[in-house]
Amino acid sequence: MASETEPAAVIEDGVRRRDFINIAAVSFAGVGAGVVVLPLIAQMNPSADVLALSTTEIDISAIQPGQAIKTSWRKQPVFVRNLFAKEIAEAKAVPLSDLRDPETIDQRTKPGKENWLITLGVCTHLGCVPLGAAEGENKGDFGGYFCPCHGSHYDTAARIRKGPAPKNLVVPPYEFTSDTVVMIG
Amino acid sequence: MSFPWAKNYEPQQPLMKWLDEKLPLPRLVYNAVGAGYPVPRNLNYFWNFGVLACAALAIQIVTGIVLAMHYAANAGVAFNSVEHIMRDVNAGWFIRYAHMNGASMFFIVVYLHIFRGLYYGSYKAPREMVWLLGVVIFLLMMATAFMGYVLPWGQMSFWGAQVITGFFSAIPLVGEPVREWLLGGFVPDNATLNRFFSLHYLLPFVIAGVIILHIWALHIPGSSNPTGIEVKDEQDTIPFHPYYTAKDGFGLGIFLLIFALLTFFSPNTLGHADNYIPANSLSTPAHIVPEWYFLPFYAILKAFTFNFLWVDAKLWGVIAMFASIAVLFFLPWLDSSPVKSSNYRPLYRIFFWILVVDVLVLGYCGMQPAEQPYVILSQVGAIYYFAHFLVILPIVSRIERPLPMPNSITEAVLAKHADAPSEATA
Repeated sequence: MASETEPAAVIEDGVRRRDFINIAAVSFAGVGAGVVVLPLIAQMNPSADVLALSTTEIDISAIQPGQAIKTSWRKQPVFVRNLFAKEIAEAKAVPLSDLRDPETIDQRTKPGKENWLITLGVCTHLGCVPLGAAEGENKGDFGGYFCPCHGSHYDTAARIRKGPAPKNLVVPPYEFTSDTVVMIG
Repeated sequence: MSFPWAKNYEPQQPLMKWLDEKLPLPRLVYNAVGAGYPVPRNLNYFWNFGVLACAALAIQIVTGIVLAMHYAANAGVAFNSVEHIMRDVNAGWFIRYAHMNGASMFFIVVYLHIFRGLYYGSYKAPREMVWLLGVVIFLLMMATAFMGYVLPWGQMSFWGAQVITGFFSAIPLVGEPVREWLLGGFVPDNATLNRFFSLHYLLPFVIAGVIILHIWALHIPGSSNPTGIEVKDEQDTIPFHPYYTAKDGFGLGIFLLIFALLTFFSPNTLGHADNYIPANSLSTPAHIVPEWYFLPFYAILKAFTFNFLWVDAKLWGVIAMFASIAVLFFLPWLDSSPVKSSNYRPLYRIFFWILVVDVLVLGYCGMQPAEQPYVILSQVGAIYYFAHFLVILPIVSRIERPLPMPNSITEAVLAKHADAPSEATA
């Protein structure tokens, strides 16, 4: 009976029942396989316990002008630097057009606290920790930080000035919870 | 998949006859690396390195499986578990040093294998697929070696992982999420170490699989040879076994001798002292350098220190580094000369040797800090590297007038021996 009706169906709309079932079944299997892949990809993203390390509190009362400390946030190094007035002036004297990633020092610090420069200690090139936070380390040609891995130089506002890094050192989200305590994250 | 005069597998014993009917595995081996595979009679010692690379992979797999019985892939204890292998596990020091230096030996023989392929034009038709699969194996080797180097969780392990996964952050827009996805965190940590261990265990078996394809693709046209002339008849060939099993066996002896010298007398020469300091995410070693086998590519990465054409220096460096390997995939079509062997290509041969020197210079620059004159030297080296493949090779292969070639492999062999008649009896 079916063999009698089938040829007629082909002539009517050009689609056989079997083609429809074939395409529908393969598409459904394809979507199913795709959905199963999602958790296999998602498992590689940072897990909940890694994401939970996302705020850090720092006491900055002991940092003298000209000094810097190295701490960590989300297991990444953070530089907290108490700038000299001279260093702030130097950073302000640079025309924005000279910068690869133009930002003023005011944009990189909090209002009224512009001597506190807080950045990630992660070179924006390939992620090494730049030198210059500890006493006696090479601060590079611009008196800020110097990355020894591939030779990126940052200025006193931690802005990229020379070398392969594309961006300024990243300023993490932070706020002053008091005059001596900073909450990062 | 062989020449018509290839010897046929004929089992004599009843057991082997029975096995051949049920599962013709001995037949497969006989036809692949036994008397059933006819090979050009004039292969020199440069044709040893494929077999040596297989031997190196086998050594890495065996020593690696044993190491995995004692190693713990957890950021808290990984470093100490490696020290435990070195100090407490019976013969652990030997197995680890063999695995460490085995990686270097693997790269040495593979680089010589690639050198052979470039000099004798082994990548040309009809063997393009053999070459392409070879480049895939090379990429897999680099991924495996990198992830293996992270496992001891020393300073170089950690910062190597940081820098190499940093390559992916150069990708516009999705770069940073991709990097976090690869690491499973914001910096290399326990999640990273675990997945690298899992993949480092897996990839060698993938390499073994691709090697089978590489040999399969090779055995369709048959092996190349130093003259680059294809096999014409039976007198051009000899059976793989016993002739080349013997020759490869001799080469294997030399290989093992050098391997043993390195492992027993100088096991840390090719490594970095910093990797015996536990990983510290707050302090980068003063001078980070990858393992020696990555140095030329690392120099190309470092050569880009300036933004150019709206693309920043970092992305250029990463693109150039990947392109320096990707360009090898196009080699069979960039070199249009029908002459394979450099012995008959006077002009190409000059540029080939300049390329060898260029790669060595890049390797030297890769070792140096990012200062002058090394930056300018790596820039010149990187430009020449790409110029060789993309400009010089296509031009040379069109304008070059090759030297007169013998008519067959046999003629070439006999001509060589005509100069020394006392040896011609062979």
